[in-house]
Amino acid sequence: MSARTDLRESARDLLAADAAKIAAVMLGIYVTYLLVGLILGYSANGMINTLQRLTFLVAIYAMVVLALNLHWGYTGLFNIGVAGFMAVGLYTMAMLAKPVEPTGGAQYPGLGLPVPIAILGGVLAAALVGFVVALPALRLRADYFAIVTIAFAEIVRLLYTASPFQEFTIFGYTMGTGGGRGILFNFQDPVVTIYRLPIFEGPVTFVNQYVEFGPADAQGVIYVGLLVVVLAGYYLLLKRTGESPFGRVLKAIREDEEATNALGKNTNAFKIKSFMLGCALMGLVGILWQFRRAGITPDAFRPHVTFYIWIALIIGGAGSNTGSILGAGIFTAGLFEGPQYLRRIIQSQISVGQPPGTFADAVGPMFALNFQPITSYLFNNMLTLQFVFMGVVLVWLMQNRPDGLLGYRTETAAAVPLGKRSDEVSETVHRADEPSETVSGTDGTSETASREDEVSDQ
Amino acid sequence: MGGPVIAAIGESYSRGRSVVAERPLTVVVGIAGLLLLFDLGSGMATGRYSVSRIGRFVWDGLMYGLIIGLAGIGLSLTYGILQFANFAHGDYITSGAFMGWGVTYVIAGLSSANVGHLLLVAPQGNISGGLLEIGVTSTPLAVLVGLVVAGLATILLVLLLDRIVYRPMRDAGGIPLLIASIGVAFALRYVVVLVYSTRTRGTTLRPPGTAINLVDGPLLIDAHDVTLLVATVALMIGVHLLLQRTKLGKAMRAMSDNRDLALVTGIPTERVIRWTWIIGGGLSGMAGYLMVLWTGTIDYQFGWLLLLLIFAAVILGGIGSVYGSIFGGLVIGIAMRLSLVWLPTGDFDLVAAFGIMILALLVKPQGLFAGRTTA
Amino acid sequence: MSETVPREDEATAESERAGDDADAVLRIEDLHKNFGGITAVDGATFGVERGSMTGLIGPNGAGKSTVFNLVTGIHDPDSGSVWFQDEEITGLRPYEVANRGLVRTFQIARELANLTVMENLMLPAKAQSGEALWRSVLPGFRRQVVEEERELRERVWETLEFFEIQHLADEKASNLSGGQRKLLELSRALMLDPTMLLLDEPFAGVNPTLEKKLLEHVQQLNDEGRTFLIVEHDMDLIMNNCEHIIVMHQGQVLTEGTPADIKANEEVIEAYLGSPWPISNDTCRSISPPWSSWNDWENCSESCWP
Ligand SMILES: Nc1ncnc2c1ncn2[C@@H]1O[C@H](COP(=O)(O)OP(=O)(O)OP(=O)(O)O)[C@@H](O)[C@H]1O
Ligand SMILES: [Mg+2]
Repeated sequence: MSARTDLRESARDLLAADAAKIAAVMLGIYVTYLLVGLILGYSANGMINTLQRLTFLVAIYAMVVLALNLHWGYTGLFNIGVAGFMAVGLYTMAMLAKPVEPTGGAQYPGLGLPVPIAILGGVLAAALVGFVVALPALRLRADYFAIVTIAFAEIVRLLYTASPFQEFTIFGYTMGTGGGRGILFNFQDPVVTIYRLPIFEGPVTFVNQYVEFGPADAQGVIYVGLLVVVLAGYYLLLKRTGESPFGRVLKAIREDEEATNALGKNTNAFKIKSFMLGCALMGLVGILWQFRRAGITPDAFRPHVTFYIWIALIIGGAGSNTGSILGAGIFTAGLFEGPQYLRRIIQSQISVGQPPGTFADAVGPMFALNFQPITSYLFNNMLTLQFVFMGVVLVWLMQNRPDGLLGYRTETAAAVPLGKRSDEVSETVHRADEPSETVSGTDGTSETASREDEVSDQ
Repeated sequence: MGGPVIAAIGESYSRGRSVVAERPLTVVVGIAGLLLLFDLGSGMATGRYSVSRIGRFVWDGLMYGLIIGLAGIGLSLTYGILQFANFAHGDYITSGAFMGWGVTYVIAGLSSANVGHLLLVAPQGNISGGLLEIGVTSTPLAVLVGLVVAGLATILLVLLLDRIVYRPMRDAGGIPLLIASIGVAFALRYVVVLVYSTRTRGTTLRPPGTAINLVDGPLLIDAHDVTLLVATVALMIGVHLLLQRTKLGKAMRAMSDNRDLALVTGIPTERVIRWTWIIGGGLSGMAGYLMVLWTGTIDYQFGWLLLLLIFAAVILGGIGSVYGSIFGGLVIGIAMRLSLVWLPTGDFDLVAAFGIMILALLVKPQGLFAGRTTA
Repeated sequence: MSETVPREDEATAESERAGDDADAVLRIEDLHKNFGGITAVDGATFGVERGSMTGLIGPNGAGKSTVFNLVTGIHDPDSGSVWFQDEEITGLRPYEVANRGLVRTFQIARELANLTVMENLMLPAKAQSGEALWRSVLPGFRRQVVEEERELRERVWETLEFFEIQHLADEKASNLSGGQRKLLELSRALMLDPTMLLLDEPFAGVNPTLEKKLLEHVQQLNDEGRTFLIVEHDMDLIMNNCEHIIVMHQGQVLTEGTPADIKANEEVIEAYLGSPWPISNDTCRSISPPWSSWNDWENCSESCWP
């Protein structure tokens, strides 16, 4: 078998079931949002921006949920410090990439490395930090591990906020985190470089004939396209990781670490590797999520972020890669973006009136059976209500759908299909011809016979 | 990244788990602690460190520690008896404080604003605790009633949440319960925002302090410090007596030690659980109220921010142990403030506290008071 | 054999008796283990002859499972040593012990509940190059991993056929019955191709038909040259199938010998009588000689069923 057929094979399984499911869900989401855009009277440009933002968020969440699924779904490592690893990736990358000589008001200097190298540096830093956290925490119970990871994430955030690191010099190199004021991303945006590639010239002019589409918009679309490619890479990587002897050991560790160890597997080494890989992937997501902005403050990495990722993972069902992507899609479209669009739609259709200033002013009139103030108060606080709703959803899921909204999914922990004895016709024929050596008795012969039946069926 | 290298590290790490990881780490941590204490002592003796400054740190740390310890008792009890880490505990504290302080505002300021506004702890800027001159000496009744209401209202809230969220999941296991509690924390926090707004407000007018002379300067102690001290210690003694002297306490200890056995021996487990929530909820609400009295400010996320410190205390002391959580609270509180002696700026006190927790988990995961559950 | 053991000075008379004349594949010497206040193993010493089927019996709480845990590295002994094939393995991690060819099963089956039977069996196989992450993931190397997985799948099928549980191949382990789980554990242990197997009550909760089958399999594997050390409470089974029996009581080796020796040993009966453990009437009869000498059959049934 050549590498090409190998690739084709995996492309085929991808399409067979899981990719189809993902495509169906995403299609449903897009159609819904297009309808929303129509109701809101968006221009073509507005529509594209809406879908682009949606795709961006889904891709980002899907990637980080996949990484978390490696930790929790596969290995049983209860990591609730995801935001911390994302922050390490992004901050390291930014500090490496920022120019050595800041010009204008552009804050603190960096090391001035090319962006791709800086990205690699950020990913490695996240993996390394993962190692530092995992090594001591390996032997802790899941709930203690959770507390250690969230404490770690908070430590990271506090350190990036701390003023002594705003600007510091180490080994003669000066750089800085920017402290509470945050860090500016004043380095060359590689997406602009990609955008300037000749192959994009034609399509951009072509599209511009029909819709008003500035370079910033075009770059946004190109970037989202890139993210989808990276997401496909994540999926393939983690699918292969799961469907392998390595992934099998991880799943076994999640079930019963001691028994797995007694079966000859150095469980600690597997846990460290799994944790580091997941952290590296989280670090990369941290970078991809934020680095095209003008800058960032450590507040972007509050525990909320981790909370969102966990909801998405649980919606999709821990332990399933496809579920992770579906969960990210449903979470983003339904819980994260949905309420805001809902609010806009309602606002465009009816007038909810001037909201009262306080909860008391909203509740008071209810006793006189006037529900208008409370409605407009809640409406005005839709964002807050949305957070309440997310919390409620998480509780509901844990009570009613602990295996995910779509139910329990199994993904084979082996590099070959296990249902049948062989996955290749020729091999089956070969086996059936052979006299069976180990099997004795009628059972064995009937097995062989049934296998022959299978062959003739094919 | 060399697989074999990691494998070798994992291997040598696990092989040495009894030798390299357990004892020497304990030794290193112990030595580091002793060195710091020695430095502190010698620094004060030689005048390198200001005694009154350190006195201030210790006193503040004690206050923080008492709050953390008091709030920690509830977390520790539920952790021990219901077998899960309740991440909503911090938001119980916040909710209780808001409800209690609403009542305090109403009593202290009925003449100056409408009840609704006061009950919401004045979400809009025209009145404040300072303006109403709220304080334990100026409005003692308002504070006392507020404290009691904080406890009672939190108990009701906690029982309600147990009924809706946790009771249907009694046998789900620690991890699903933990995840559900994160959902509860989030929902509750934003219900608080919805009702009370995100505004941070000043709640008290600080009473004048008495100066105590400490070698090179005064240590100011005011009535709110003393109230906090007296109230927390009284509550802790109360819980102690409750757990030691009553049948309930015995049942709780039995359940915390071995839930299945307790079930078999006919302990009315649901009743014990209800009482656990009542004690834990009441203490957390009152701890929140006292914290706000002491700091003089309230906002929607102070309980959540306190939660990790409470976890630190409970884990340090040993889960399920009441004394452990008090002791752990004091250690965390004082260490957090004392760390300012060595750290360059005030940015690192939380880092130090979380660091201590992680070290405690690594050195003695079963906690310092392990095995003496609920005693 | 014990000449190669460099700690003769400490070896007690008992230990010499245990391992001297036999070709011991596994030897434990003066093992001690305390749990809090409880002394679970208190100076146990014995050897297991290569290729033998040896029984390890004793009343509940005698320390049998703890000995297994100490031998296989689940727990570290407080003192004493464990030797396997002339190599000291005291304090090694469980995976290191298993990879040396000494594999155990657990008293309460430890199936990996959410994996299928196939996956359970594929897990322990040795030398899987796909356990290196990069080999499983990188395109060029992945092909080899897939190839190995095919071969492994074949081996697993052979093992399943050997135990006649092919029909369970795709079943989630959590759906198996108690007896099937015991079978799964044994077959999974075999995937490591062990020199020696430690079975902790492999027949408990297994129905008589399955038990007979399981026993046949064990005997067949024993005939292939694999050594077995079996903990079992069913005396008939042990007496009829083991050539050598070690009796533990209160963390120590009370005595050892052939089934006939054990049956004739009064200490053994006393040890069992002193425990609250209900032994079946069959067992009473099987160790009848001393009983009849005490001339008290009634007493037997009574203490057997307290
Ligand atoms: N992990 C442990 N922690 C505390 N005590 C233990 C532990 N393992 C075993 N013990 C205690 O050690 C003693 C010996 O137990 P062990 O399981 O070895 O007995 P056993 O001979 O296997 O008994 P059984 O026939 O009932 O399986 C018992 O008193 C038991 O309670
Ligand atoms: Mg046993």
